[in-house]
Amino acid sequence: MGETGAAARPWILLSPALATVAFLLVVPVLFIIVYSFWLRTATGAELPGFHLDNWQLVFGDPFYRDILLGTLRIAAITTLFCALLGYVPAYVIAMSTTRHKTLLLLLLILPFWISYIIRTMSWINILGSSGALNTVLVGLGIVPEPVQMLYNEATVILGLVHFLLPFMVLNVYVSLDAIDRNLLDASRSLGASSLQTFREVTLPLSLPGLAAGGLLCFVLAAGTYITPLVLGGPRQAMFANLVFEAVITQLNWPLGSALSIVLLVVLGAVVMVYNRLVGLGQIARSFG
Amino acid sequence: MDNTRRYERLLDRYRHGDVSRRAMLGLIGASAAAYGVMGGPFRNFARAATPEQVRFDGWGGVVSEAFRQHAFDPYTKKTGIAVVDGTFGGADEYIARVRASQPGEFNLAHLSGVFDYARYHGLELTSELNEDNIPNLANVIPALQDVFRGITGGKLSAVPYDYGTTGIAYNRKHISDDEMKEKGAKILIDAAYKGKIGGWSDWKTRIWYGALQSDQDPNNIGDMDAVWDAIRANRDLVLKYWGSGAELMSLLAEEEIYVTEGWSGRIKALQDQGHDIGYLDPPGGLGWQECIFVLKGSPMEACEELLNFMLEPEVAIAVAEGQNYPPALDPAKVELSDKVKALPAFDPSGTLEGLNFFNAEYWNGNEEEWARVYSRVERGY
Repeated sequence: MGETGAAARPWILLSPALATVAFLLVVPVLFIIVYSFWLRTATGAELPGFHLDNWQLVFGDPFYRDILLGTLRIAAITTLFCALLGYVPAYVIAMSTTRHKTLLLLLLILPFWISYIIRTMSWINILGSSGALNTVLVGLGIVPEPVQMLYNEATVILGLVHFLLPFMVLNVYVSLDAIDRNLLDASRSLGASSLQTFREVTLPLSLPGLAAGGLLCFVLAAGTYITPLVLGGPRQAMFANLVFEAVITQLNWPLGSALSIVLLVVLGAVVMVYNRLVGLGQIARSFG
Repeated sequence: MDNTRRYERLLDRYRHGDVSRRAMLGLIGASAAAYGVMGGPFRNFARAATPEQVRFDGWGGVVSEAFRQHAFDPYTKKTGIAVVDGTFGGADEYIARVRASQPGEFNLAHLSGVFDYARYHGLELTSELNEDNIPNLANVIPALQDVFRGITGGKLSAVPYDYGTTGIAYNRKHISDDEMKEKGAKILIDAAYKGKIGGWSDWKTRIWYGALQSDQDPNNIGDMDAVWDAIRANRDLVLKYWGSGAELMSLLAEEEIYVTEGWSGRIKALQDQGHDIGYLDPPGGLGWQECIFVLKGSPMEACEELLNFMLEPEVAIAVAEGQNYPPALDPAKVELSDKVKALPAFDPSGTLEGLNFFNAEYWNGNEEEWARVYSRVERGY
């Protein structure tokens, strides 16, 4: 193979992947960018051209800014709960010496076998006025009548944590499992207590996994629209709900495109910051 | 210029010697290659000539089963044309799918009239039915046809199929019939039921009821601020805006809410299940109709024959009994079953003079602004 051929070889080998990324990601995003400069006419048809109206609306109307900030807040709270609740099972599985470790991991991904929408709706049967929890509370005489638990921000966060927890556990588990056990033994033999060993050795070494899980949970939570639709009340809209509403309900694809790009850029920025600080390799390791 | 015209021009140029045989075949080949990527003229050509199948999209469930049993299977047996039976979750979702498709990909759909009919017309997605091929159309209530004809210049792109109302459903354990009659639409802004009120998330319904709650004609609103205020008042009392019939039924049956707007057929289904749910069409309450719409680019003759099957009284009555909405058949011309006659919203006169429908021109003209503003109001603005 000549010098030119050798130089071209990596590109030839990469071409299937590059073509896939180009056709499935770059081209659609370019279409969306172009669409965002079009206008919706009164009949619902688009008016092609270069118009800044959608962008002026998105950046000039505090409505969109407030919903975006609310979305990021809910995503952050969800991520925090996932981290707090996900670390313990990940630690137990990673440190477990049982030969059924594989089974425990399988149980972890078991919820993915059930539709996300069904899993979300299951909370209605648990928290509803005639749901399992209220039936027990009323039956035991703890409350005189069913407590209203559904259709508020708390249930939206609950639904998101339920959906995203396995992503966090899996990432933290991979980090914990990779820790050299000799380091823990060394720490203990040098006089550190179990708590100190955890605080000074285990936790710092598992932070990359925690960060990777946090990134996944945050990005997925910020991009969801099903959970607030099913478990939220009138005011619990997230930014993706506005995109859905613009595209589907209002048939305003240009405005929906502008909103999509805003969400894409904001979440892309979060990913870039993460990549700068931690590196995306950790996520790849979590998924084998 | 449409694809058919483009093809005819190319053929014409070839016949006059402007294009060589090689170039002609090359262009056809390029067109076929383009078809492979994104569809093209010849696919629709082939479908229009001898379609092997037509696609019908509807709401699924018992309605689709009734269509399958009484219309699609006999139709396929007679014509050899298969009916591909698809479903959608809502009219908005469906129109988005249609817009992203190639002409001819979707053929018939069970859609909401009049507002959606006008939207499809605005997007140039209407077809033109040859009514001679649909003799059963003569049995359809004229008033339901006339509103469609008014939009598409006297022609039809759909046949009316059923109708119903969006009235107020209420739990009789908590709200009496007398209280309901006395308060009418304003019960949905009664603070006494805070946290126990529901509503459809559809902006048109919210504005219609907002107009009633502010004592205005929904088809000629003079004070829009009063309507938005009524919607805000309702929003602050609502537990949940539902998005589907299943969710509506669940919220009422589980007693999460005591009162809400509701679709007459869905409330009838709840009543049939034994739930003590009352239903009232308040003064000025909202009526609507559904149609079987034929999209532009469809094989028309095949679709028209299928429409005729679907309008057979046996089929239309079976579907009506399955979905609890009266058929569009004129009671003066067709003997309807006792079950149909007992359905809510059924009009034995066939004139539908007691029902109020969206004025398509008025509502479509305000759609862009009202839908956008409603999105804000719903979220607390």
